[in-house]
Amino acid sequence: MSTLEIRNLQVSVDTDNGTVEILKGVDLTIKSGETHAIMGPNGSGKSTLAYSIAGHPKYTITGGSVTLDGVDVLEMTVDERAKAGLFLAMQYPVEVPGVSVSNFLRTAATALRGEAPKLRTWVGEVKDAMEALNMDPSFATRNVNEGFSGGEKKRHEIMQLELLKPKMAILDETDSGLDVDALRIVSEGVNRAKAANNLGVILITHYTRILRYIQPDFVHVFANGRVVEQGGPELAEKLEANGYADYVSK
Amino acid sequence: MSVLTTNYLTPTGREEAWRFTPLKRLRGLHDGVAVQSDRESLITKGALPSGVSFTRENLEPLASSDDVIIERVRGAATSVAHLAIAPNTEVAEPIFLGRSAGALDTAEFSRVRITLGTHAVATVIVENTTDTVLAEDLEIYCAPGSNLKFVTLQEFESKSVYTARHHAVVDKDATFKSITVTVGGDVVRILPTVEFKAPGASADLLGVYFATAGQFFEHRMHVDHAVPHAKSNVNYKGALAGKDAHTVWIGDVLIRAAAEGTDTYELNRNLLLSDGARADSVPNLEIETGEIIGAGHASTTGRFDDEQLFYLMSRGIAMADARRLVVRGFFNEIVSEIGNEEVQNRIMDRIDAELEKAAHNG
Ligand SMILES: Nc1ncnc2c1ncn2[C@@H]1O[C@H](COP(=O)(O)OP(=O)(O)OP(=O)(O)O)[C@@H](O)[C@H]1O
Ligand SMILES: [Mg+2]
Repeated sequence: MSTLEIRNLQVSVDTDNGTVEILKGVDLTIKSGETHAIMGPNGSGKSTLAYSIAGHPKYTITGGSVTLDGVDVLEMTVDERAKAGLFLAMQYPVEVPGVSVSNFLRTAATALRGEAPKLRTWVGEVKDAMEALNMDPSFATRNVNEGFSGGEKKRHEIMQLELLKPKMAILDETDSGLDVDALRIVSEGVNRAKAANNLGVILITHYTRILRYIQPDFVHVFANGRVVEQGGPELAEKLEANGYADYVSK
Repeated sequence: MSVLTTNYLTPTGREEAWRFTPLKRLRGLHDGVAVQSDRESLITKGALPSGVSFTRENLEPLASSDDVIIERVRGAATSVAHLAIAPNTEVAEPIFLGRSAGALDTAEFSRVRITLGTHAVATVIVENTTDTVLAEDLEIYCAPGSNLKFVTLQEFESKSVYTARHHAVVDKDATFKSITVTVGGDVVRILPTVEFKAPGASADLLGVYFATAGQFFEHRMHVDHAVPHAKSNVNYKGALAGKDAHTVWIGDVLIRAAAEGTDTYELNRNLLLSDGARADSVPNLEIETGEIIGAGHASTTGRFDDEQLFYLMSRGIAMADARRLVVRGFFNEIVSEIGNEEVQNRIMDRIDAELEKAAHNG
């Protein structure tokens, strides 16, 4: 049983025109097995929250805390956060030229498990994970995300989620750019990871459609760098109908 | 035999061709101070397949050269090491040549010839190791319809000085591909040059280099399109790490008035892995006819991509390993073209080692 606690998190970025404050005090608590949907208008800071938890160097933490089971996450390097059990499925997964998917996955698994996975079982493990996400085996020899379609990149992210078995996952618009079948396949992958590892999930999305596959326990409305309302699944339906007008004007 | 003359012009460093080269570190190769040894270090490794011969001969140069050191080599060398692949011979396995004998107090002046007969197909891999002072005039002739992959590996120890011209004359419908790898030595200066003899010829000049603290590696291409319908492609990738690591890449491509239907592209990409290193990159395209298929060049010099490192690290991969993956990935495009697993792995391991060395030295 794990708990990810975000307390009064304040984050800014340095731009050519000076420092811009983006997160203005975010509070969230996620426990193992829980799914928290975060919905909010473009530019409200959702990805900033995701990146800040994962430790992207572009963001400066100016206040607040993030802890996993009481341990300070913000003090950790990016790889230490992954080793502690955090996973970020990115809104825009990065291309890494010349590095094959299979080499990448094996290097990551070796780092996270503390030893190189046994070659015989590993090959099967990767094959199963790819099959489960309906990815052609040829992806293993392709370079990481290079030339992948938008939907293929997202499937690759969730494939990693299943393979690397984190405790807490942040899924940043994993549903964007997926066709109806891929949405179902990817959602099933997330649900399998939840069931297998009692995964806690922060699911950032613009659409209620994915929430029909991945049932959220909580829905948070994000606007202007903070959580402005919380509720159950019914809140998502309300947002779909009314938009964010009520929250943005506040 | 060339006439031995003693009063070659000594470069001062102000000449265009020498403006980047640290002449003082050439151990006298350029100004005649070097003491000539009688070393003839180039040997074949393993038995030669049928249709392939390796002999010492007297051969006139294939092409003139305005390079001072090449002139000195031609004056000093008493014979030419000649690897010949007979017409219509297709050699499946690579032919390995190499140099592993050397010395630093004397200099070897070496002439080498590689000849491919008509429609011959071969891969030649030259492995240069040890600590040595070597000036090399290497000429290649690809007869009509032949196909050569020419791999040179500069895996020298840290004190070596190596200056060379690798000049390929590519005849009708012949295909020449060179892969030049420079990962060791104090000063390495290579002139990969190509001259097309007849239409339908093509040349791919690929290369990688990795310079660490204090090393100077220069690669100075010259591709001469003097005939119609020839094709050339240049792609060199380099990485630098450490104080005063210095690399120079010059890409001179000349499309003469007669060279209608030319198709050429040249690319040089450099990865600066630390402060205090310097990568000079000068593409230079001269076009004397408008009737061409394409001509272009690009040159980039950048640092580690933070997004790539972040992505890898967010999967638990430590910084040093992430950097290693990115650097290997950067070079992989070209190293994988060597087509020999064992050599590729050795080069990648050497690149890892250079990266590690650089990390330790700050
Ligand atoms: N490097 C930067 N320079 C300037 N502004 C930045 C930078 N990075 C982020 N921002 C700004 O921070 C704000 C929040 O961005 P963020 O990506 O977190 O939004 P988001 O809620 O994920 O939006 P979307 O729904 O469109 O994905 C935006 O206004 C964005 O322009
Ligand atoms: Mg976003």
